[in-house]
Amino acid sequence: MSAAEDKYILHPEGEIKIETKDLDMYYGNFQALTDVSVAMPSRHITALIGPSGCGKSSFLRCLNRMNEVIPEARVDGQVLLDGNDIYQADTDVVQLRKRVGMVFQRPNPFPMSIYDNVAYGPRLHTATRGSELDEIVERSLRGAALWGEVKDKLHQSAMDLSGGQQQRLCIARVLAVEPEVLLMDEPCSALDPTATFRIEELMTELRESYTIIIVTHNMYQASRVSQYTGFFLLGEIIEYGHTEQIFENPADRRTDDYVRGRFG
Amino acid sequence: MKRSIAGAREWLIESTIRLAGVLAIIFVLLIFAFLLHDALPVFSEASLSDLLTGRSWRPTSEPAQLGMLPLILGSLYVTVGALVIAIPLGLGCAVFISEVAPVRMREILKPLVEMLAAIPSVVYGFLGLLMIGPWLADLMDLPIGQFAALGSLMLAFMALPTIVSISEDAIRNVPVTLRSGSLALGATDWQTIVRVVVPAARSGIIAASLLGLGRAIGETMTVLMVTGNAAVIPQGLAGFLKPVRTMTATIAAEMGETAYQTPHYHALFTIGLVLFVITYKHNAHSECPKG
Ligand SMILES: Nc1ncnc2c1ncn2[C@@H]1O[C@H](COP(=O)(O)OP(=O)(O)O)[C@@H](O)[C@H]1O
Ligand SMILES: [Mg+2]
Repeated sequence: MSAAEDKYILHPEGEIKIETKDLDMYYGNFQALTDVSVAMPSRHITALIGPSGCGKSSFLRCLNRMNEVIPEARVDGQVLLDGNDIYQADTDVVQLRKRVGMVFQRPNPFPMSIYDNVAYGPRLHTATRGSELDEIVERSLRGAALWGEVKDKLHQSAMDLSGGQQQRLCIARVLAVEPEVLLMDEPCSALDPTATFRIEELMTELRESYTIIIVTHNMYQASRVSQYTGFFLLGEIIEYGHTEQIFENPADRRTDDYVRGRFG
Repeated sequence: MKRSIAGAREWLIESTIRLAGVLAIIFVLLIFAFLLHDALPVFSEASLSDLLTGRSWRPTSEPAQLGMLPLILGSLYVTVGALVIAIPLGLGCAVFISEVAPVRMREILKPLVEMLAAIPSVVYGFLGLLMIGPWLADLMDLPIGQFAALGSLMLAFMALPTIVSISEDAIRNVPVTLRSGSLALGATDWQTIVRVVVPAARSGIIAASLLGLGRAIGETMTVLMVTGNAAVIPQGLAGFLKPVRTMTATIAAEMGETAYQTPHYHALFTIGLVLFVITYKHNAHSECPKG
């Protein structure tokens, strides 16, 4: 790694929640990520931008080991969560995924009731039942700004909700297992502008208590909601810094081209 | 000119298809009418409720006793037993093939299971009669190696290919996004299968079970060979380990021996009618398992 590359990667001040060091990732022989070293601060929103196929989703999946679902995927380097490498042999993946929750590109509610969707995680990990579980469900749905809309139909199928509601339900489902980090992979790409606005509002609220890392195609979204932004290109992180700086005064010409919409 | 030829071809194809559809319906109606025609005279001997709830089937005694309850219950025992064996086994097999087995093994296993459907029922009957029956009787200390549960077991084997094959498709069609959603919440593979994948494939699995058992209800030869053919009313759970006689086996065994146009003859057609109605209802349910 040359010094010239290094200087556009900011190391944020304050508490770091997740940090990657020299992260490489492969699908079989194809290298999807090269030498990604980046530190994401606690209780802030970090946006990851870049053209399609540059490895943003792959990077996100490295952070909660969801890449291991793909048989030919392989990782090299370190991912530190609160300073501990999650790729160590003795890491409990179940615990890791409880701490690092994930919201997907398309809403993927389970074909069961709204209540059962939210209660899914707590039922897996704890023996909570009855009123205690009811409380968790209510708290999570409130946290995802969905409670008011569904409180009278908790036992109806989640499949009957609108796309935007489904996505907030998926967020509630993640909140119910009380994670510390939220990974969001283009969570609004299947939603209309109103639903998108609701999710953005929600992210700003959630930022108080969670560390959020969001992949987005939407430059305005990145600049609206995030405090830090990383620009990916062809599997490398080109530039990482304060969101304002990345959008108004990018250091690398390629970042400049991208945020001004000159390619990609 | 070209257009009118194309038009004529369209017309020909359409009418052929329509004719095929109408003929299928006509055949079903004809079968029903034929059954009805040969069944109806029995009602001069006995009422419908006498037939359906009569506790004694002695068609050759004088006067003939034509109570079908032992036969109906015999069929019910064998079928319910088959259900209880086939559904868990079929579902387990489907889950194993789609979720647990490595790709290579899956490619061998699934065609193998589907091939079971090609084995003629008389072979299953033979297997049950000569091998499995005596062996089970020995194991459980039964007086005779022909009993209701043996029929259930053989029918379950016969229903398996359908249940496994269709359930496996249903399970495989559960979107990968649902599995990821569950895994990302910290669920293990096994929790994901049990709590998300199988419930999501529920309607396909129900349809598979109903279709698989459709074959079991109408199945004759195997059951005739392995259930002992005693027209007695089965009692409680112990009834599963005693000989029974099903409706289909009765028709098959007695049709050749009965005199034409006797009450016995007509009663056999009434059994056929009852079976027809049951099968028809069953198929209607299989088409829309939710309804
Ligand atoms: N499951 C996979 N198997 C093989 N290659 C993959 C897989 N997923 C992604 N890739 C490849 O990795 C690269 C990065 O993909 P991805 O992380 O999805 O990019 P992005 O999210 O930025 O659009 C692409 O070239 C893509 O084709
Ligand atoms: Mg992506």
